[in-house]
Amino acid sequence: MKIKALFLLLAILFAPFLSAKEAQLNEDPEIKERFKHLASELRCLKCQNQTIWDSKAGLADDLRKQIRTQIYTGKSDDEIVEYMVDRYGDFVRYKPAIDIKNIFLWIGPFIFMIVGGLLLIRYIKIRKTTETSEDNETISEEDRLRAEEILKQGGDK
Amino acid sequence: MSRRVLPLAVVVIVLVVLAFFYRGLSLDPKKLPSALLDKPAPMFNLPQLHNPAASFTPAEMKGKVWLLNVWASWCAACRSEHPLFMQLARQGDFPIYGLNYKDRREDAQQWLRQLGDPYKVSISDIAGNVGIDFGVYGVPETFLIDKEGVIRYKHVGPVSRKDWREIIQPKMKELEG
Repeated sequence: MKIKALFLLLAILFAPFLSAKEAQLNEDPEIKERFKHLASELRCLKCQNQTIWDSKAGLADDLRKQIRTQIYTGKSDDEIVEYMVDRYGDFVRYKPAIDIKNIFLWIGPFIFMIVGGLLLIRYIKIRKTTETSEDNETISEEDRLRAEEILKQGGDK
Repeated sequence: MSRRVLPLAVVVIVLVVLAFFYRGLSLDPKKLPSALLDKPAPMFNLPQLHNPAASFTPAEMKGKVWLLNVWASWCAACRSEHPLFMQLARQGDFPIYGLNYKDRREDAQQWLRQLGDPYKVSISDIAGNVGIDFGVYGVPETFLIDKEGVIRYKHVGPVSRKDWREIIQPKMKELEG
């Protein structure tokens, strides 16, 4: 019951975001889904921080039409994305592909993490060995006797 | 040893990151390199603006170095590059062709009557599909196309006299050979 109510609430909250773009009422839900997915993966180059799906720019409008037409002519999702990349460059992808030019951006953080972790481990190890070696440092018999004497004197006072 | 290497490594890394920031943040994200650079210009066949019965196709331009200027009457920035194009048209060294992009025919003709017509031929792309093929995302854009029909340079935004003098003209002269 509670879960149902929650779903209903969410549905109501998100309803404004579902406002159909160029609503086509009888459209196959599968095509609708593909269209939405593609349009949300491509950047509108006119207003660069928006997807083609979100943007109200004239160019985004044209590109949405282009996507829809291409879906109807039987192009695959990859082919449609490729069509856009061929014309507008890699920047048109909202999710950049992994390739040789940007591989460092993808794996860079992990490299930093691993290098940082290794340095940390080494640092800890070095500290540990220096500490323990100080603990085990042996003193000469002479020093030990002197120390005992001093302690004894201190105790007398 | 590592006590000396470590701070040095940190300094080097910070400097590299700063260099990336310096470069990255000084780039203008609105000026994207064309994906079509050094690729053949897309083929099309569109009606001419002044004479819709006649058509134009880039195939006619084989053997010539030419500029394709994408413009529209609703585009305010197009006005700022217009005087330069008028001057270039008068000099007549390089042909400028206009692609009238997503415009109304009457508006475009009116605009050219009022401000002057620097274009050898004006081409009508009312639907904007050729614009999409050229990867146009903002007008004005200007494409430099060589004798083989290959796009050699793309300028986004109005062409200033400095752009013309320092970039486009030298490139065109070089391509003319």
